Amino acid sequence: MSIVIADTIRDIPRSGIRDFFEVVQTMGDVISLGIGEPDFATPWHIREAAIYSLEKGRTGYTSNLGLPRLRRSISDYVQKHFAVRYEPLSEVLVSVGVSEAIDIALRALLNPGDEVLYHEPCYVSYAPSIVMAGGVARSIPTRSEDNFVLRASDIEKAVTPKSKVLMLNYPTNPTGAAMPPEELEKIAAVCVKHNLVILTDEIYSELTYDGAEHHSVAALPGMKERTLLLHGVSKAFAMTGWRIGFACGPAVLIEAMMKIHQYSILCASIMGQEAAIEALERGERSVATMRKEYELRRNFIVRGFNDLGLECFRPRGAFYVFPKITSTGLSSRDFSLRLLREKKVAVVPGSAFGASGEGHVRCSYATALDQIKIAIERIGELCEELKVTRAAA
Amino acid sequence: MEALIDLLQKNALTPREDIARMLDLTVEQVEAEIARLEHEGIILGYQTIVNREKWDTDTVTAVIEVKITPERDGGFDRIAARIAKFEEVQTCYLMSGGYDLLIIVEAKSLRGVAGFVAEKLSTIEAVQATATHFRLKTYKENGAYHQMEHAPERLSVSP
Repeated sequence: MSIVIADTIRDIPRSGIRDFFEVVQTMGDVISLGIGEPDFATPWHIREAAIYSLEKGRTGYTSNLGLPRLRRSISDYVQKHFAVRYEPLSEVLVSVGVSEAIDIALRALLNPGDEVLYHEPCYVSYAPSIVMAGGVARSIPTRSEDNFVLRASDIEKAVTPKSKVLMLNYPTNPTGAAMPPEELEKIAAVCVKHNLVILTDEIYSELTYDGAEHHSVAALPGMKERTLLLHGVSKAFAMTGWRIGFACGPAVLIEAMMKIHQYSILCASIMGQEAAIEALERGERSVATMRKEYELRRNFIVRGFNDLGLECFRPRGAFYVFPKITSTGLSSRDFSLRLLREKKVAVVPGSAFGASGEGHVRCSYATALDQIKIAIERIGELCEELKVTRAAA
Repeated sequence: MEALIDLLQKNALTPREDIARMLDLTVEQVEAEIARLEHEGIILGYQTIVNREKWDTDTVTAVIEVKITPERDGGFDRIAARIAKFEEVQTCYLMSGGYDLLIIVEAKSLRGVAGFVAEKLSTIEAVQATATHFRLKTYKENGAYHQMEHAPERLSVSP
């Protein structure tokens, strides 16, 4: 028989990152700046806590919403770092990474045809998750000249009577942009005016540099009731493989998400949840150490690209830089492919993060400094060669 | 200049150009700052961490607890300085707790350490008692692991 795939799924393109990953897999010896996860292993005290919980035989299911102790830790952590208080037993849900939380939140909120606004370039899963939840994905481009900040005025232009949700992700993957507090207030006002629910993915919030403080939209007056705050331990605590995220928001939304979560996932793995308790309660020092290291590498890589003549905006958060490569005369995909084939350096084409990412490439500096150094040298070589070819043409 | 000292403590051989890029300074600024730290005695020197399992395996390291009688003028300082001057003594700390000085001694052999304790250390009038412990194996030294941990494997491209 021939298996017929559902139209919605068939029509969703595969992630541009996945495409690229398959090319990289066929080559050995590649220096990769394409990796969206910390190069640190999970701090030892967190791993040790997980080992201890295994030794104690804590290997069963947990409550659908997550271990009550973890939800209390989440609530305390969020209150301390985001200045919003959530009730641990009814306003917090532990998910399998933020990705799952986004999926179930959208499914809980959207009726067919409801629109979701989000800023672009953005994380690869947003548009597909919206479509899979039956919504209509409406991207709002952000610009490098504007440090990739989403403007309230652009939301005003994009909003329609069908708009129901706004997705935010600051600090942003792939650009490293941070959201200035003044603009955030304006965005909040627009959301109130048009009665939008905000899904704010703040997974990179601890990785904010130059002494800047992270501000959550959930903490602004009157916003808690219309905001779902999504966060997790993956990036700040170097725990990507543990798959622990969480959602904090109004009890009615958490309850609706819990229905989907309990039928499709049941609960996040207990090992991950035990480790997350240790991370949130005692991981601050490890985060500070990693943040310091990332900041040094960011300075290094930003200056490296600018010295090569590839204009690179100085990101304020996350661990990505998003240099502009239009001066090479290539599209971001061609540039990335040539860099990979000719110089064995992997970066991710900006176009993988939406049309407005074209002309850029994403480079992760969650990579050892000596690797970053070699990568920049090789990128420099490619740029020189391209210059010579262009001059000859 | 905490960040500069952190970097040098991790690897004093980091090229000055790299340090400049990481700290967002010029090479000249970095060199001037290092010179100042050296001049002010904040940076005392640069050393190499050697894996003793692979090099100079015969050298014996001992940790010695020393109880001393402090002097009326100068407390522990004069006597500690006197002990620290012996070339066998690599490290000398004044400690709180059950003894006063902790010294780390290196010698070519066990007899060398024994000789140092019996003939030099114990004969100092202010030294009341000593307890000597020998090092058997090193796992971590000055933040460096003697057995390298393998870097965790990661996917080569991920979202």
